[in-house]
Amino acid sequence: MLVIRALWLGNQPARILYFITMENNRFDVIVLGGGPAGLTAAIYLSRARLRTLVLNIGTAGGQMVLTHEVANYPGVESVSGYTLSNTMKKQAKSFGSVIKNIASIQQLTLNGDVKQVVTGDGTVYESDAVILATGGRSRELGVEGERQFKGKGISYCATCDGEFFTDKEIIVIGGGNSALEEAVSLTKYASHITIVHQFDYFQAFEYAIEEAKQNTKISFKLNSVISKFQGGESFDGAYIKDVNTGEESFIKSSGAFIFIGYQPNTEVLKGIVELNKWGEIVVDSEMKTSLDGVFAAGDAIAKRYRQITTSVGEATVAALATAGWLHEQRRKKVSLAH
Amino acid sequence: MLQTNLTHVTTADEWKKIIEENENVMICCGRMGPMCIPVYGVMEDLEEEYKHVKFADMPFDSPEAHVIRNAPEARGFMGLPFTFYYKNGKVVKATSSIQNEQQVRSILNDQFGKNNQ
Ligand SMILES: Cc1cc2nc3c(=O)[nH]c(=O)nc-3n(C[C@H](O)[C@H](O)[C@H](O)COP(=O)(O)OP(=O)(O)OC[C@H]3O[C@@H](n4cnc5c(N)ncnc54)[C@H](O)[C@@H]3O)c2cc1C
Repeated sequence: MLVIRALWLGNQPARILYFITMENNRFDVIVLGGGPAGLTAAIYLSRARLRTLVLNIGTAGGQMVLTHEVANYPGVESVSGYTLSNTMKKQAKSFGSVIKNIASIQQLTLNGDVKQVVTGDGTVYESDAVILATGGRSRELGVEGERQFKGKGISYCATCDGEFFTDKEIIVIGGGNSALEEAVSLTKYASHITIVHQFDYFQAFEYAIEEAKQNTKISFKLNSVISKFQGGESFDGAYIKDVNTGEESFIKSSGAFIFIGYQPNTEVLKGIVELNKWGEIVVDSEMKTSLDGVFAAGDAIAKRYRQITTSVGEATVAALATAGWLHEQRRKKVSLAH
Repeated sequence: MLQTNLTHVTTADEWKKIIEENENVMICCGRMGPMCIPVYGVMEDLEEEYKHVKFADMPFDSPEAHVIRNAPEARGFMGLPFTFYYKNGKVVKATSSIQNEQQVRSILNDQFGKNNQ
């Protein structure tokens, strides 16, 4: 094939090089995201002998690598997320999947017969079908000082950084299960915790609310939002604003822990596939998106429960549906040709 | 010892040896936790490309890790991991908490150069 194309092009080196490169970068399916969903899809696709490329931003395994201990993955008594990620990655590779770490995506063209992904370094990849498995991440507050004091007072992980705040006063931001449970766990270290929450009610389960309310080290600032984090060489505290009165006050503290929920990694998909108002990808029961030949699975899709098992299950459906769709497209092409 | 594929530094003597024997060194001092693991992952991914940099980890909870925990450059650090960059045995940069590939790359490029030319 390559030789024929080279002769046909009259042996022009640049164009030949372009075609050779494209030949290497042409796949049956491109999977965006290498978390449990992306890796599962890759295992199924490559076992079905489909040339599969996984393009992943960050560490393969996604949020799963962040999990210290996975105790609810059936068939495995207890395993670190890191080990489970490595095993899934190895499995996908052993069946022939290509896994590439990328820094970013520059351009996505998913609406034609040939899908195209241009990565941050300008490399162009093409495929007949795409599976979107870009997952999600913890939400950032996005206020002044947040980035500046990350690791120097601001944290998103109580088990990682709690001990740095031993006998210190801190703030916890959020009103869901993670915020309240982590606030209680932080009372092991901190001398006092102020929970700052934007509503006058919590979105957490009743048991978590009760536990936090009964803890004498915890007090609450409800109907309040953080307007700015303040400090010089070290973190000094946060300005909070009462959402009803607009009144601003300052809470002096040594640190702030932020637990304000989850956000899907779908910024790059805006205006390309249908997303709901929370930015989650809309799919049908076969994991098809609004575009032909584009499927999705895992934490990035619109759904209620976000677990490794749910991601793996959806990715299985997405991969099998993709394989079926590709088969059908190719069958149609052959019958048209005859 | 941390469960990574990086070179492991477990004692203060090993730390001294690695920063003295290698011109450019990056050591991530942490635990197997959610903020540290992504940094080890980035280092494992970049190891192949930055052959002129020695990448290593060190367990934060080991008493021997005082060489990093108590270094003056770590003053004010309140987030794991503590990541140190050394050139000819001297600290040239230190960061606290999780860093992504772009952030690590940018420090490596600034401090040690893109590759070994
Ligand atoms: C601290 C923590 C503990 C958890 N504990 C458990 C547990 O014990 N049990 C359990 O079942 N679940 C647990 N979960 C949830 C579970 O990890 C997730 O539900 C699961 O990882 C989702 O898988 P995913 O593949 O859909 O997405 P992710 O795991 O989020 O993976 C998506 C991947 O895609 C990458 N990506 C993002 N954007 C792009 C893009 N544009 N192009 C290419 N790649 C991109 C991401 O960087 C990431 O690598 C936990 C989550 C966290 C954060």
